[in-house]
Amino acid sequence: MLLIHCPYCDETLPELEFAYAGEAHIDRPEDPSAMTDEEWRDFLFIRNNKRGTHFERWRHINGCARFFNAVRDTVSDKFLTTYKAGTPRPSDAELEELGK
Amino acid sequence: MTHFSALSLLSNALTGHKNWREQWPDAQPKKAYDVIVIGAGGHGLGAAYYLAKEFGITNVAVIEKGWLGGGNTGRNTTIIRSNYLYDESARLFDHAVDLWEGLSQELNYNVMFSQRGVMMLAHNVHDVQSFKRHIHANRLNGVDNRWLTPEEAKAFCPPLNIESNARYPVMGAALQQRAGTARHDAVAWGYARAASALGVDIIQNCPVLAIRRGTDGAVEGVETTKGFIKAGKIAVSAAGNTSVVMETADVRLPLESYPLQALVSEPVKPVLPCVVMSNTVHAYISQSDKGELVIGSGTDQYTSYSQRGGLPLIEHTVAAICEVFPMFRRMRMLRKWGGIVDVTPDRSAILGKTPVKGLYVNCGWGTGGFKATPGAAHTLAHTVAHDEPHPINAPFTLERFQTGRLIDEAAAAAVAH
Repeated sequence: MLLIHCPYCDETLPELEFAYAGEAHIDRPEDPSAMTDEEWRDFLFIRNNKRGTHFERWRHINGCARFFNAVRDTVSDKFLTTYKAGTPRPSDAELEELGK
Repeated sequence: MTHFSALSLLSNALTGHKNWREQWPDAQPKKAYDVIVIGAGGHGLGAAYYLAKEFGITNVAVIEKGWLGGGNTGRNTTIIRSNYLYDESARLFDHAVDLWEGLSQELNYNVMFSQRGVMMLAHNVHDVQSFKRHIHANRLNGVDNRWLTPEEAKAFCPPLNIESNARYPVMGAALQQRAGTARHDAVAWGYARAASALGVDIIQNCPVLAIRRGTDGAVEGVETTKGFIKAGKIAVSAAGNTSVVMETADVRLPLESYPLQALVSEPVKPVLPCVVMSNTVHAYISQSDKGELVIGSGTDQYTSYSQRGGLPLIEHTVAAICEVFPMFRRMRMLRKWGGIVDVTPDRSAILGKTPVKGLYVNCGWGTGGFKATPGAAHTLAHTVAHDEPHPINAPFTLERFQTGRLIDEAAAAAVAH
């Protein structure tokens, strides 16, 4: 069972309290009517599907119910860090430090 | 290739089984091939076989990062069915069932295809309505499927609990009699042996590091741990790792890779005569010829390449099985494992050409790729040989995510996702 740290509740809790919510840092289009079909495809469907360090969203569905971001290694399933929605993604140097 | 028959079995038995020969040689890569298939699972090996057999292209290599059939081909729960709602899917999966029926003869290898029937249980009014709709749609497409009352379902599968006081009582079932199971490893081995006999090289333990493209954008070959191998055409059939391989050719795909788990019990005497699936309590079960109960359900909720998955899902799966089959509560489970499945947004496969010249892809089969093995392999081979899709796989393009012409089995498939 994964143990996940909710940055709002500041508690590390079992996976069962959380719902996975897909890749993180995908910006909504600012001017949807100006988008081409290709841009819509990329926004809606294309995903990094990264083998390794993956930026993703989780929701503390059976707790505070808020969305937050996480960085997880998709090979080991180990969480490197979690952080509140709206905060910038950790830099490569910070992640390297966390991975040690 | 030694032809297998009752006579060859008898003569080898009389000589103490000392004279069996290897079924295919362990090939080393040549410098160049007409076609390279990446991924030696059932789909990839099958595509190589049909390229050689039906389309006369024998200068083919199948390259595998691990061992042959060691990915999802050897990790799935071996269920074969074609009761999909949409016309496109019904045609593709029924084409596969047609090929499954003759596969043991075709390959001279017993894939143990057993048409024991797949029964899908309805537990509420919504299930009843949607399954009846599936049955009618299937019958219009020439796919067999029929409705059973709870009593008929119980007669077809005696261990089933149809008591009305169950938490999710059985209100009926949809039965596809032509559906069933096959021996998954034998599918990979049978295709490997038959393809190898036609001149295909099967290269194991050789991870593809990158697909190399020329100045005109077309594929040139693959970089591997055994060096560069030139190829005129490349077909990628790498399941959960397809995104990783295709990214090296600058093709980004609408895929996410999830762990899908399965587990088996200790072997027992024959008790379960068919495959039973339940979407509402969410699990499926069959009994292997060895006697083990083979159990599975949906994917884990998060993407991963770990080939492992978490225990909460196993607990959920086993709870569902105990609900439907109370008599299995005391069964002991022996093993559980995970495979990485590549899931598309509309839960239908991508099988066809890519924007890169000479590069073809067969991916996105999600949780249901095994059943499609011969159909996917055959249509992929057709697509590679003619540089044009077969009419059966023509709707399963990569472009559909741009045009919006989706095949939305996510809502319509006969299983929950």
